[in-house]
Amino acid sequence: MTALARSIGIRLGQAIGLLLAVVVIVFLLVQLAPGDAALYLAGEQGVGDPEFLAKIRADYGLDQPLLVQLGTYIGNVAQLDLGESTYFGEPVLGLILDRLLATVALAGAALLFAVIIGVALGVFTARRPESPASHGVTVMSLVGFATPVFWLSLMFIVVFAAKWGVLPVGGIEDVRYEGGWFGETVDFFQHLVLPAVSLGIIYLAIYSRLARASMLEVLESDYIRTARAKGAHERVVVYKHALRNGIIPVVTAAGLQIGNLLSGALLVEFVFAWPGIGRLMITSIFRRDSPMVVGIVIFSAAMVILANLLTDFVYRLIDPRIRVGGSR
Amino acid sequence: MTDLGIGIESVETGGRGAFRMFLRNKAAVAGLVVFTFVVLVTIFGPGIYGVEAHKMAAGPFLGPGDDAGPLLGTDYLGRDILAGVITGGRTTLFVAAVAGAMAMGLGLVVGSLAGYFGGWVDALLMRFTEIFQAMPSLLFSLVLIYLLGPGTWKETLAIGITLWALPARLTRAEFLRLREMEFVKASRAIGCSDLRIMTRTILPNAMPPLLVAATLLVVIAVLFHAGLAFLGMVDINTISWGSIMGKNKGYALTAWWTVAFPGLAIVTTGLSIALIGDGLQDAFNPKLRGR
Repeated sequence: MTALARSIGIRLGQAIGLLLAVVVIVFLLVQLAPGDAALYLAGEQGVGDPEFLAKIRADYGLDQPLLVQLGTYIGNVAQLDLGESTYFGEPVLGLILDRLLATVALAGAALLFAVIIGVALGVFTARRPESPASHGVTVMSLVGFATPVFWLSLMFIVVFAAKWGVLPVGGIEDVRYEGGWFGETVDFFQHLVLPAVSLGIIYLAIYSRLARASMLEVLESDYIRTARAKGAHERVVVYKHALRNGIIPVVTAAGLQIGNLLSGALLVEFVFAWPGIGRLMITSIFRRDSPMVVGIVIFSAAMVILANLLTDFVYRLIDPRIRVGGSR
Repeated sequence: MTDLGIGIESVETGGRGAFRMFLRNKAAVAGLVVFTFVVLVTIFGPGIYGVEAHKMAAGPFLGPGDDAGPLLGTDYLGRDILAGVITGGRTTLFVAAVAGAMAMGLGLVVGSLAGYFGGWVDALLMRFTEIFQAMPSLLFSLVLIYLLGPGTWKETLAIGITLWALPARLTRAEFLRLREMEFVKASRAIGCSDLRIMTRTILPNAMPPLLVAATLLVVIAVLFHAGLAFLGMVDINTISWGSIMGKNKGYALTAWWTVAFPGLAIVTTGLSIALIGDGLQDAFNPKLRGR
C-alpha cells in the first residue's frame, strides 16, 4: 500500500511540475510576442504621454525584471488567480468556471457515446473479422479521421434542425421551458444531442477500430485459449476475460486525447452557440482579451493534465501490472 | 545507399516488396489517384475554370443546378462556390504540407536525440515534449496566431509548432528499439560517429512507421488549417475551404450548398491521404492488415 501511495505521490508531483512548466512557457510566449502591453493599455484609454505610460508600467509591474514578473505570475496562478478579464472586468477563473459545466457536459457526453458504442462495435467486429460490419468499421474510421468536426456539425444542423426540424439549431436552452424542472432537463438534453453526437462520431470512428484491433490481438492470446479449453462460456471469455485487457488501449487513447477532445469541443461550441469555454476562447480572441485567452489555455492544460492523471489511476484499476516508471 | 554486397539485396526487395504490396491494395491506390487529382486541380484548376473565386459571378444564393447560376451554386455575395472549392485548396494544402514537414522535422530531431542518447537527455526532452502535449493543440495554435497575427507563414508556424510532439514520441520509441540492435552495435564497433549511426543506420530502419505518421500529420494539419480558417482566425484575404464555410456559416440553414461542398473537398482530400497512409501501414507491416 505504501508503494502505491508513493507512486501516486510521484505522479501528482510530476503533474504539478508539468502545469508549472506550461505556465512558464505560456508566459514566455506572451513576452516574446511583438507589441507592448503598456502601449496597448494606454491606447485603450486614449492617452499617450510618457508619464502615463510610466504609470501604467508601474501599476501593472511591467517595469520589473522579467524573472520577477514571472515569479509574480506563478504566485498568482498558484493562488488560483488568473488575472482579470479586460472585457468583463471580472476574475478570469470565475468566468471560466461559469462555463465549465457546459463544456464538461458536451465533452463528457461525446466521450461516453464514443467509448461505449466504439467498444461495442469493436467487440462485435473482432469476433467477425471478415464481415461487412468489420470492413465498415475500417472505412468509417478513416472517414471519421478525415472529417472536420465543424462541417459534420453544420451538416447535422442542416438535416436535423433545418430540414426535419426535430432538434434545436443551437444554444443550450429554450426560453419556452423556463418553468418546470423536468421540462428544463428534457430541453437541455434536446440541445445536447446534436453537438455531443457530432463531436462523438469522430471519436467513435477512431475507438471502434482501436477496440477491434486490440480485441483481435487479445482473443488470439494463450490465456483466452486456456479459458476456452477449460470450458468457459464464450460470453464469459469475451466479456470477462478478453474485454478487460482489450479495453486498455481505448482507455489510453481516450485519456491521452482529452486535449484533442477539448479542441474539437471548441469548434462544436462555436457552431452550436454552446455557451462553454471554447466559445469564450473565440469571443475573447476577437475582443483581444489577453488575460482571458491566456487563462483559458492554462486552465485547459490543467484539465488535460488532470485527465491524464485520472487515466493513470483508471489503468491501475483495470490492470494491476502497470506501475509508475514502467515502460509505456 | 552504399553497396555492401551481401544483405543489401534483401533490403531492396523489402522496399520493392512493400511497394508492390501497396500497389495491390486497391483502396490505397484509389487514395493515391484521388489525391493526385486534388493536387492537380488546385494547381491547374483555377486557370482552367477561369472564374475568380472572390468575385461576384451571379446572383446570391443560387442553388446547385440552378439554370441561372454556376454548377455548385453561389453564396450570399453571389460568389461561385465551385470556383471557391477549386481555388480554396491552394492555401490549405500548402499550409498543411509545410506545417506537416515542420512538425515532422522538429519531431525527428527531438525524438532521435532522446531515443538515441537516453538518460538525462531523454528525460529532459520528453518533459519538454509533455509541456506541448498538455496544451490542447487547437487552443495552443489559436494563442500563437493571436500573438503572432494572421498571415500564411505565421499560420503554418502556429500549426507546425503544435503538432511536433506526436512524431517526436514515435521517433523516440523507434530509436529506443533500434539502438540495441546488432547492426547498430556493429556500426558503433567499427567506429561510426553518433551522427552517422543516427542518420545512416537507425533512421532508414525507423522510416516505415514515420512515413505513416507523416501522412496522418498532413491530414491533421489540413483539418487544423480548415478549423482556424472556419473560425476566421487566418488571413481574411485568402480563400480556403475552411474560410468559405466560416463566411457562409450563418446562411447554412437555407443555403446548405455553400458549406456542404467545401467540406466535402476537405473530407475527400483528407480521406485520400489517410488511405495512402493506411496502405503504407499495411505494406510495411502485413501482419496488421485489416486491423
